Amino acid sequence: MTDRKRYEGMIAIIDYKAGNLRSVKRALDHLGLPARITADPVEMRAAERVIFPGVGAARSAMESIANSGLAGVISEIVRRGVPFLGICLGAQIILSYSEEDDRTDCLDIIPGGALRFPEGPLKVPEMGWNNLKVCRDHPLFRSVDPRSQFYFVHSYYPQPRNDDAVVARTEYGITFPSVIGRGNVIATQFHPEKSGRCGLRFLREFCSWDGKDGTC
Amino acid sequence: MLSKRIIVCLDVREGMTTKGIKFLENVDVGDPVAMARDYYEQGVDELVFYDITASSEKRDIILDVVNAVARNIFIPFSVGGGIRSLDDMYRVLDAGAEKISVNSPAVLDPGLIAEGARRFGSQCVVLGMDAKRVTPTKRIPSGYEVWINGGRTPMGIDAVAWARQAEDLGAGEVCLNSIDADGTEEGYELTVTRLITDALSIPVIASGGAGKPEHLKDVFLKGGADAALIASMVHYRRYTVGEIKSCLAGSGIPVREYIG
Repeated sequence: MTDRKRYEGMIAIIDYKAGNLRSVKRALDHLGLPARITADPVEMRAAERVIFPGVGAARSAMESIANSGLAGVISEIVRRGVPFLGICLGAQIILSYSEEDDRTDCLDIIPGGALRFPEGPLKVPEMGWNNLKVCRDHPLFRSVDPRSQFYFVHSYYPQPRNDDAVVARTEYGITFPSVIGRGNVIATQFHPEKSGRCGLRFLREFCSWDGKDGTC
Repeated sequence: MLSKRIIVCLDVREGMTTKGIKFLENVDVGDPVAMARDYYEQGVDELVFYDITASSEKRDIILDVVNAVARNIFIPFSVGGGIRSLDDMYRVLDAGAEKISVNSPAVLDPGLIAEGARRFGSQCVVLGMDAKRVTPTKRIPSGYEVWINGGRTPMGIDAVAWARQAEDLGAGEVCLNSIDADGTEEGYELTVTRLITDALSIPVIASGGAGKPEHLKDVFLKGGADAALIASMVHYRRYTVGEIKSCLAGSGIPVREYIG
């Protein structure tokens, strides 16, 4: 069997030792979707779609990506138009940099930076359920009920340089981009795998998405 | 806008819940996984499993529960009770819990919070704390003292100072249980809740005393809590999670009502 055949329809969950991989896998298992947690470039290249999850700090995640030589594979996959989903830290380190750990250079897939919530009366991290305000037409968010809430845990948020890359925003003291995307890349600051039925529905939609968002 | 969270607490002994739901048709009373599913369907925002297994040989049973819950419900849940070491934390998180909660062992060894936060991230580490009202003294200026061992042993430590210390050590959240209010079903202890929420910049879960939806309203509006822990009011079927939430929404408190 060729690799391509063996991994047909397969969803690769990128393993870069950043935790929280198994909860994404469990959610996909529950939905009956074939997924593998993998650090193997061959498997990743052959996968039909890729999920880039993450919990933890930007610096150690980027170090782990550098040490495993995954940065090149990730940008190649993104260039090829494979549907690509970043989650939480995965939505931050696809930007050019993160303010975390005295500024960390990141993957630069979408120009912009991950910024820390400003000091103020609100508690940081933001922890809990919050709404989305979808601000541009996107196939993955077209049918999301506006009452839907999603589970967030974060102290930094993604801020793309171009507003075109912002798909949805969320209010937490400030209004911050909570879903960003461009072409075949979509990334959520919330955790769909922990967001009950609304989150599962989003994961299911991602897993049948053709990677086109009408922009490029 | 961020919703206030409703968290249901399930006490688990040797793999079975101890406060069963009464007279339920579809739920296997005593089975924590079935109960977790039921509350998930009702729209609970988060769950806590409190392991009260006494014998250390049987303590691993909780890991089977965690595993099964993680495969069946897709909201955050934490595990407390019996977590004494980094290894205990690792096993519970690895089995699928979102967070672990440490209480007495953290008072005896505060380094546990720091080490847990460093290894797993602050968002995983909840400080569980039992506080009891006392006459304010020089040592306990807030008038609330930390007790351990399930409220049996006073520690001579000020609750507000301990909560602050835990935040500095890296705790991501504090679950504050009032010993005075616990079990009364007459409402949360609002004074201590307000003291702790004002003192911290991390989220605070209020626990102990919930008997009706108005109690949650008070603890959010007057106590400033970010989340409220409930148990018997839903276990005994006096209210569903949905009923509690619509009451809170009616008072203008942001809650997650639509569950998809």
